[in-house]
Amino acid sequence: MRRLLVIVLLIFAAPLGAQDLLPPAPYANRQLDNPALEAKAQALMETLRCLKCQSQSIADSDAPMAGDMRSQVRQRIAAGQDPEAIRGWLVERYGDYVTYAPRMSALTWPLFAAPLGLLALAAVLLRRRFKRVGSA
Amino acid sequence: MNVAEPASALRRGWALWLPLALFAGFFALVMVGLYKPADREVASAFIGKPLPQFDLRPATQGRPGLAFAKFTDGKPRLLNVFASWCVPCAAEAPQLAQLAASGTEIDGIAIRDRPEDVAAFLQRNGNPFAAIGADDVSAVQLAIGSSGVPETFVIDGKGVIRHQHIGDIRAEDVPVLLAKLRAAGS
Repeated sequence: MRRLLVIVLLIFAAPLGAQDLLPPAPYANRQLDNPALEAKAQALMETLRCLKCQSQSIADSDAPMAGDMRSQVRQRIAAGQDPEAIRGWLVERYGDYVTYAPRMSALTWPLFAAPLGLLALAAVLLRRRFKRVGSA
Repeated sequence: MNVAEPASALRRGWALWLPLALFAGFFALVMVGLYKPADREVASAFIGKPLPQFDLRPATQGRPGLAFAKFTDGKPRLLNVFASWCVPCAAEAPQLAQLAASGTEIDGIAIRDRPEDVAAFLQRNGNPFAAIGADDVSAVQLAIGSSGVPETFVIDGKGVIRHQHIGDIRAEDVPVLLAKLRAAGS
């Protein structure tokens, strides 16, 4: 009986976590009324990293800070800002880490150059091989 | 074709060990990752840049709110981003008290916090703050490149961010912050 009581109490216990008690920011969980703008905001939010839960995008995360970031993104999109300008604003503050869409920079250019280099190498090797077969 | 034979045999012998070498390399990589995990803190890229314009309402009774204008009076100070719901924020309270006692002015920004909770937090842990602004939607936090609580920024007399300390201030961090404050003042 006592065990049952403990279990029932545990079921209804409010979890005590490191979470705040404030309501979410205005547009954290509310879509923009204009579907085109909401689609724009959604596309951007899916490529921004949540800083609290780093393997999730802010579109995926329930962290309060991700909600605040979603609200900012939606409000800025509604105010007519360009998605890439918003991404740039965040990158200016948190570095490239905040974006899931890598930009070309002094650090990241090998990411973009390597596939081209490998393709060129493959072309050279294949050409040599075909030539050898042709001449034999 | 006969001439090439020894060379290809040699190459095959070398290739035999390749999978083992690859596995060893992979194993080493996993062990390094296990024992020395990558740094997961997101440092602000906003060091050396001025604070944004902001004006926050008082986070609790007894202390004024916080606005950008306060940071341009020529005096370097600390800006502590905290919250009553954050456990390490309570852990750094003695260090903040020590800094305040040494004459450092500390201003606070309370993230997503209710006035009564901030008051209870200060009651429990002491109040080293000259002013505390309430940032209910993390707007100022995002604008200065802070990714969590607690974080402490050294701001020079012109309102430029000079240093960011991520996480709670431990005893050994106090001299570092004092040195950064001195450097920001010169």
